[in-house]
Amino acid sequence: MISPEQYPVLIVVIPLLSAFLISILGGMDKRFCYPATLLALGGSLAAAVATLCLVADHGIIHYRMGGWAPPFGIEYVVDYLNALVLVVVVFVAFMAAIASKVSVEEELPHKIPQFYTLFVLLTTGLLGMTITGDAFNLYVLMEIAALTNYALIAMGRKRALMASFNYVVIGTMGACFYLLGVGHLYIMTGSLNMADILNILPHLYGTNAILVAAILMLMGAWIKMAFFPMHGWLPNAYTYAPSATSSLVAPLMTKVSVYIMIRVMFSVLGAVYVFKVLPVKELIVWLATAAIIAGSLFALAQKDFKKMLTYLIVAEVGYMVGGVWLATAQGITGAILHIVNDAVMTLCLFLFAAIVVHKTKGHQLSNLQGLFKKMPITMAAFAVGALSMIGVPPTAGFFSKWYLILGGIDAGQWQFVVALLFSSLVNAVLFFRIFEIAYYEPESAQHGHGESVAIDEAPLSMLLPLVVVAITIILLGLYSGEIVTTFIQHAVPAGI
Amino acid sequence: MEILLAKYNYWIYVALMMIGIYGMIAKTNLMKKIIGMSIFQTAIIVFYVSIGAKKGATIPIIEHGHGAAHAAVRVADYVNPLPHVLMLTAIVVGVGTLGVALAIAMSIYKEYGSLEEDEILERLE
Repeated sequence: MISPEQYPVLIVVIPLLSAFLISILGGMDKRFCYPATLLALGGSLAAAVATLCLVADHGIIHYRMGGWAPPFGIEYVVDYLNALVLVVVVFVAFMAAIASKVSVEEELPHKIPQFYTLFVLLTTGLLGMTITGDAFNLYVLMEIAALTNYALIAMGRKRALMASFNYVVIGTMGACFYLLGVGHLYIMTGSLNMADILNILPHLYGTNAILVAAILMLMGAWIKMAFFPMHGWLPNAYTYAPSATSSLVAPLMTKVSVYIMIRVMFSVLGAVYVFKVLPVKELIVWLATAAIIAGSLFALAQKDFKKMLTYLIVAEVGYMVGGVWLATAQGITGAILHIVNDAVMTLCLFLFAAIVVHKTKGHQLSNLQGLFKKMPITMAAFAVGALSMIGVPPTAGFFSKWYLILGGIDAGQWQFVVALLFSSLVNAVLFFRIFEIAYYEPESAQHGHGESVAIDEAPLSMLLPLVVVAITIILLGLYSGEIVTTFIQHAVPAGI
Repeated sequence: MEILLAKYNYWIYVALMMIGIYGMIAKTNLMKKIIGMSIFQTAIIVFYVSIGAKKGATIPIIEHGHGAAHAAVRVADYVNPLPHVLMLTAIVVGVGTLGVALAIAMSIYKEYGSLEEDEILERLE
């Protein structure tokens, strides 16, 4: 039996080794890929949940790679913040993997082994970024996630190629900025271990090198998370990617990058430095406000359903960045809770988009006509996700937005509060427009007049994850109090 | 002038980085963008490698040091090997990025018959 001390490393090692196994198995028979992927991510999910329980019971876990003590060795640190994010990442990847079967066979019939190998490697990269306690290790895993992501998006051919190329150029710039920031920290502190840097840094707060390091690392994270106005690469890349890719990438990449920002701010630079020494708090909340408003307005202008969702992601990134930089306990709680909720909500919407692409061969808003009659269960699940994006209780989206608004009021940043309310309003307009199209508009003129539309649900492998995710959204809403008291309140830095 | 000479390694990396960023942003040819990206990454490698160097120091293998084998190790006698080791990883990452970028550029050429961004954008319509 594996002892509980090994759980943290298993979260990363299982998918990492499985990725190679999947590529070998896929060479023999490509039917092996799908079950092997599910097995790998299932194992990783079990390890992540076990680790979450360990953290809830015993507090922060430090795992030393190969037994080398930090700051010389690389350590994995699982605290109250990333225990939660780890479970969310594997959960989303697992659900996206289940749903991918049909759409991968349909859209990428000749690339099944390649797709699943990259899929599992991308998950490994994201998990590694989340769990590591070493600043340089984070860069390497960030690039693993990014490189696999570029390839997965480029599998979409046609317009996806150009979108993916832009993403390569901009994404590399982001990662290099981060690496450069780490270099500056290394010159000043001589350490790469996050906890060690945090200890040494207070003597050096006034120096220019630390200022440059902070700016570079934050810039890197912002480019990676598509924070407005650095969001240019995101909409096309996620819209034209294959459906199965976007249901994995859209919920996770931006959310993990937000987590990286929080990690850099609180575990490397220190909350005192970013909030008290750096005079940029207000400016960034204004930028976040602009992100929310711009993202919402762009979303309103789209005729393409998937592209509309990608602009909503840009707006949601604004929520989280703004929430953190409000520098109040409520705001940070809201931002962390929103990482969890938004990942699951976005997954719900993109799983629905995958079903729409599978059934109607397109992702324009007009493809949604008459879907309520054809697939009632799918639409019900989508409605849960949509209501959560709007922020209707008791769905999860309401609670994180509530914390964010309270945080905005606490900090006296009224423009942020207004932007949040405005964005909720825009989301309401957007999704009720979709409900209207899907409910009232008949499918199209030549298909008869909706009298006897046969029920035509998506295959079970796509429907089941969607329904599970919809139920999860409601559960996350109902248990958000417990999540906050057990985990998030310990993750908020003291004394801000 | 003094500051130019004393910190010349930083000036070199900054100059390389700016050339790289210029290539990535201002050039419309995809191949030139990729070259810019590579220069940008190389600039960071130069930066890291140069911070490990020390005046009058030797390679960090203790038996070959200046002092006797039994004497205490004087850190100032050896260059710092850690940044160099980190850059081995970064070089691998750079090669990976370059490979992916070139592969995508090849697919783009097959799809659109051009590597000029403006021509491709015309054909997208």
